Amino acid sequence: MRVTCVVNGETRQADDVWPGESLLYVLRERLGLPGAKNACEQGECGSCTVYLDGLPVCACLVAAGQADGRTITTVEGLAPGTGEEQLDRVQRAFLATGAVQCGFCTPGLIVAVHDLLARDPAPTDPDIREALAGNLCRCTGYEKIMEAVRLAATS
Amino acid sequence: MEFLRPSDWDEALAAKAAHPDAMPIAGGTDVMVDLNFDRSRPTALLDLTRVTALTDWGTDGDLLRVGAGVTYRRLIDELAGRVPGLALASRTVGSPQIRNRATVGGNLGSASPAGDAHPALLAAGALVELASTRGTRRVPVTEFFVGPKRSVKTPDELIAAFLVPARPGVEQFAKVGTRNAMVIAVCSFALALDPQTRAVGTGIGSAGPTPLRATEAAEFLAAELPWETRGAVPAAVRARFGELVGAAARPIDDVRGSADYRRHALAVLARRTLAWAWTDLGGAA
Ligand SMILES: Cc1cc2nc3c(=O)[nH]c(=O)nc-3n(C[C@H](O)[C@H](O)[C@H](O)COP(=O)(O)OP(=O)(O)OC[C@H]3O[C@@H](n4cnc5c(N)ncnc54)[C@H](O)[C@@H]3O)c2cc1C
Ligand code: FES
Ligand code: FES
Repeated sequence: MRVTCVVNGETRQADDVWPGESLLYVLRERLGLPGAKNACEQGECGSCTVYLDGLPVCACLVAAGQADGRTITTVEGLAPGTGEEQLDRVQRAFLATGAVQCGFCTPGLIVAVHDLLARDPAPTDPDIREALAGNLCRCTGYEKIMEAVRLAATS
Repeated sequence: MEFLRPSDWDEALAAKAAHPDAMPIAGGTDVMVDLNFDRSRPTALLDLTRVTALTDWGTDGDLLRVGAGVTYRRLIDELAGRVPGLALASRTVGSPQIRNRATVGGNLGSASPAGDAHPALLAAGALVELASTRGTRRVPVTEFFVGPKRSVKTPDELIAAFLVPARPGVEQFAKVGTRNAMVIAVCSFALALDPQTRAVGTGIGSAGPTPLRATEAAEFLAAELPWETRGAVPAAVRARFGELVGAAARPIDDVRGSADYRRHALAVLARRTLAWAWTDLGGAA
């Protein structure tokens, strides 16, 4: 099966896609976009979070064919270019506060925080926790992550 | 495996009739977990996300009809005033990412006894609209579930929508779990009070082979509530209501909790949701 979608602003095509595989697999293994991470494949950890038609979703739970004709933005698509100064404010805030340990949860968190701040420019701490309830950090660096969100909101 | 992608409702029904083994997929939050873990290998996936008829909602006489493909996110954003109990239940489902994709139709399709939409639909007296190329039927949700993960839906049918009264009474929902997000209910309870008809609706989740109603508890409460005066609900009435809800459950011991705990917790949830709902109705605390 062929899947065509717009990923990070570019039309991309994947061939020989097995209908039961996930959008996450297509992104990582077929389109060379390893930003979204595969940790649980069951929607529990949020490390595969990407935008699908503007809404953050778990890419591991979207069937490849469901993404056909849709628009996807991954963590790679949030920065307009390469180099630290080009990073999105959420990415810069994670760096500045040291909210990254092993980094496995980071791409999913960045997308989830990006979405939160787009909807709510000044979230309270409970709002932040609620918005990030679907993202697990195995290294448990939650305090730094909270700091990063507060910093991103004010930058 | 085939991937069927009907572009409208008639095509979807025709595809299901031609491929009764095909697995419908909406939000994919149940289907994809099973595929990723090799727990199921359907011959075909039938993608419903392009069928816009499934994502509509609107009134149908004195009923509100909500398409099976409406996500929890949209229920919360667009329908909280119209399906208050279901919206409360929706807020407890999974995480923001899950609520952005997962649908009530998928919850009904999976028919898990722990599905969070089910107690709220039971309490509200919902109907489930099933359709096939043979026609359309509306089944009371009380008759929809026939066993763990089993419903009256036939292999050629799809779930089109659910329907609830367009003017809801007061509704509440509460769920017990180990954290605030991402939990399968240990048990859950939904309550609906209709001051117009003086009727009480109930729904019990995750404490029986199917979602259940607490019929005796509901009848007892409907007869005992001070509907006229809106005075305080006597402590003995609250306690008896809780007991009857606990007694209506048919729980088992499992990894999430013991049967005894579930009965106890349901009695507590019943009393709590009653207190909230009575306050919502302007009743005395
Ligand atoms: C991390 C995580 C957390 C979760 N938390 C909760 C929770 O808190 N509470 C809860 O209740 N559930 C929870 N779930 C389970 C799941 O999200 C729900 O059951 C959801 O409602 C399923 O909807 P869906 O659209 O994703 O269904 P799908 O996965 O697309 O489908 C589910 C089933 O319904 C069938 N189906 C779907 N639509 C139709 C239709 N229109 N007609 C006929 N059959 C149909 C499918 O064939 C399949 O059998 C969770 C799941 C995950 C992965
Ligand atoms: S890999 Fe998708 S949620 Fe964990
Ligand atoms: S930094 Fe390691 S999982 Fe979050």
